[in-house]
Amino acid sequence: MDKLSEVFGALADPTRRAILGRLAQGEATVNQLAEPFPISLQAVSKHLKVLERAGLITRGRQAQWRPCRLEAGPLREVAGWVADYERFWQQRYDRLGEYLEHIQNSAAHEEERDD
Amino acid sequence: MTDDLKVTLPSDLEIRMERVFDAPRALVFEAHTKCEHVKHWWGRGNPLDCEIDFRPGGSYRFVEHAPDGGDYAFRGEYLEIQPPERIVQTFEYEGAPGQICVETLEFTEEDGRTTISSVTRFDTREQRDSMVDAGMQDGARQSYEALAAYLPKLR
Repeated sequence: MDKLSEVFGALADPTRRAILGRLAQGEATVNQLAEPFPISLQAVSKHLKVLERAGLITRGRQAQWRPCRLEAGPLREVAGWVADYERFWQQRYDRLGEYLEHIQNSAAHEEERDD
Repeated sequence: MTDDLKVTLPSDLEIRMERVFDAPRALVFEAHTKCEHVKHWWGRGNPLDCEIDFRPGGSYRFVEHAPDGGDYAFRGEYLEIQPPERIVQTFEYEGAPGQICVETLEFTEEDGRTTISSVTRFDTREQRDSMVDAGMQDGARQSYEALAAYLPKLR
């Protein structure tokens, strides 16, 4: 599997996104990461392995204290793409919203004139 | 009109968008089907050349004239049309010919407000990845700090 596919695969899970969201605020241990989730430490470890394989996080070397750290590179690639997409469609749909309002108002005025 | 666009990644080959409009469904649908309407919004404020042959098997082509002097052309074919609730169409940027994605637009109405949900599906990872590359060339980069704010949207 190519790198970007691994990144997308890793992001396609809400628990893993929440873990990344937590790590965006700073390093954390597995225990700290597991805290908000109603799942086992084992399950969290599995998610961390997926994130690590995708290059989205790295882990410290000390055996007991292996803090996880967010790696922004791959995420930036995906986020940049999604952000572009979002930006274009936000602009487009803002225009559509304004236009719909405009034609509805014009139609209402015409009805008033017809009355 | 302050409704926000919701963007999610339902799978690694798809991107989904949702947005609510304060207008009845028939009107929102029609705004997608005729050039006289499309010209007002698809170009995001830029002048737009528009050709639409709105029938299954028919095609469309939009050319957006950007302020930087560039002309950006997009084209596609209507695969499925169910007024006023569903359009399935292909989408291709002529600057990256052959990379064709499939867009499924669904229109639902509740209390006079209409939700558009759009799912864009890339045929292959290669196509999606080349789209990512094209996006990266645009130079829009998320800063590291912005990532934290951005993550909740990827859902």
